[in-house]
Amino acid sequence: MNELEVWSGSGGSPGSGRKGGRGGRKRLSLSSVPESRLAELHRLYMKRSRRIGAAVLGVQLFVLAALLGLWEAAGRLRWIDPLLFSYPSKIAGLLASSSADGTLWPHVGVTVAETASGFLLGTLLGTALAALLWWFPFLARVCDPYLVVFNSLPKVALGPIFIVALGQGFVSILAVTLTMTVIVTTIGICNRFRDMEPGLVKVVRLLGGSRWQLFRLVILPGSFPVIISTLKVNVGLAWVGVIVGEFLVAKEGLGYLIIYGFQVFNFTLVLSTLVVIAVAATLMYQAVALLEKRIVSGGRD
Amino acid sequence: MAERSVMLELRSVSHVYVGRQGASLAVEELSLAVGRGEFVSLVGPSGCGKTTVLSLLAGLLRPASGEVRVGGREVEKPSAKVGYMLQQDCLLPWRTILDNAALGLEIGGAPAAARIEAAGRLLAEVGLDGTGGRYPGELSGGMRQRVALARTLAPDPEVLLLDEPFSALDMQIKMQLEDLVQATLRRLGKTAVLVTHDLAEAAAMSDRVIVLAPHPGRIRAEIAVPPELRRLAPTEARKHPAFQAVFDELWLEMSAGEAEGGEAG
Repeated sequence: MNELEVWSGSGGSPGSGRKGGRGGRKRLSLSSVPESRLAELHRLYMKRSRRIGAAVLGVQLFVLAALLGLWEAAGRLRWIDPLLFSYPSKIAGLLASSSADGTLWPHVGVTVAETASGFLLGTLLGTALAALLWWFPFLARVCDPYLVVFNSLPKVALGPIFIVALGQGFVSILAVTLTMTVIVTTIGICNRFRDMEPGLVKVVRLLGGSRWQLFRLVILPGSFPVIISTLKVNVGLAWVGVIVGEFLVAKEGLGYLIIYGFQVFNFTLVLSTLVVIAVAATLMYQAVALLEKRIVSGGRD
Repeated sequence: MAERSVMLELRSVSHVYVGRQGASLAVEELSLAVGRGEFVSLVGPSGCGKTTVLSLLAGLLRPASGEVRVGGREVEKPSAKVGYMLQQDCLLPWRTILDNAALGLEIGGAPAAARIEAAGRLLAEVGLDGTGGRYPGELSGGMRQRVALARTLAPDPEVLLLDEPFSALDMQIKMQLEDLVQATLRRLGKTAVLVTHDLAEAAAMSDRVIVLAPHPGRIRAEIAVPPELRRLAPTEARKHPAFQAVFDELWLEMSAGEAEGGEAG
């Protein structure tokens, strides 16, 4: 209680002092709280926030351990059918052996390559299409209903068509992934292009800038944060596209492993593949989030 | 005015806004001439077409009839010859202060070294020496508007159109900037047209104030500011004994115009 009072007192006085123009008297009351006391309050605050952080992490680890322990016990004691649900130590064992003998890595490599090219290419193509629609407003109006229909379509349903047209393999899977990412990207980024702050657009026009200069100097750099956050959304969409694509056509990849494990009734393989997907997807998302942090905070306040 | 050449000219200009609701006459048969180096203010109630007149002079709008001339040539589109300062500073938040100030030069295709040199010199001139490497988000509103002034002046325009550039600022900052803008424009010999709601600002800064009447926009009165006020910086002019008379005259014209407008509407 006592701490709180001191905090609000010392927080309020410099502000009101500045507003009044000459804060001599107010500043005097601030200096009546000795420097050492302020340092101590800060130390206490930091200590408390560290304690809460540690408690959160502790509970998180406990939940994880409890769930894994319960699952392990349930599997070993036959509360659940281990053939269907497997259990953690079996999954870990399979992962250890398949990564040690190298049979896992080609699958990881293929799927990661497909996903990465899917979300990068999807974002790039979507942005290019958005630029085209921004440049030609007439085209944008013509395309609008088609975009809406295509966007509401479950794109996975187009999978069989791609397989027939593009064959079984990388290209078909990429095509499925692109249908999932491109249209959403186009719609989102085109809206951002159009909603650019009118003042910034006016400044470039008043300085005699061409449409291309307007795009290069204001529209595109001003949309970078949105483009990067779209990239983040596309990471998730690309994983869906790739896994579904691999369900349909692939002879390797993590989606193939899941389907294969399902067909031979090896659910340890299915679940261990899910673990690999979870790890790879999280790493990819974090990498893009890191990129976002660097680009978006680059200089701006 | 006879001794100086005409820099800006509107010849019986009308402008019509066309939209889905129909067409409305914004400015009707407006004629106006501003001499080289002159500072003219436009005041008037909302709907009197002040900003329309500035947009016509800047080339953002083409008149429905009549002619708009800058430096003797008809205005067709915005150009670097005519600088325009907006109410908001509209700095690009991802560019440094120096790059923002150099924006107009970059658009005009000036080489990088010349851009940096000119923008840096102008930043120093508006009192922002040493801030070139910072970003707009780190600056106060008054400083940001100074950057906007440097950006407007960088392509060396002959004419400056000021669209209420001080109205979003605190009183003290506003008066400092008024002094800065007037002194800078005078030293560089620029012609300026200021649109403002603030009658005191118009009286303190201008050589001549034009009062517009609304619906449709047309000139209601023209008030010349006495020479002894023109010579002074705006903050000094506000304290001069002759200032009150100019302000009162403007006030009278504005209130008379509003009363008429009220009856008409």
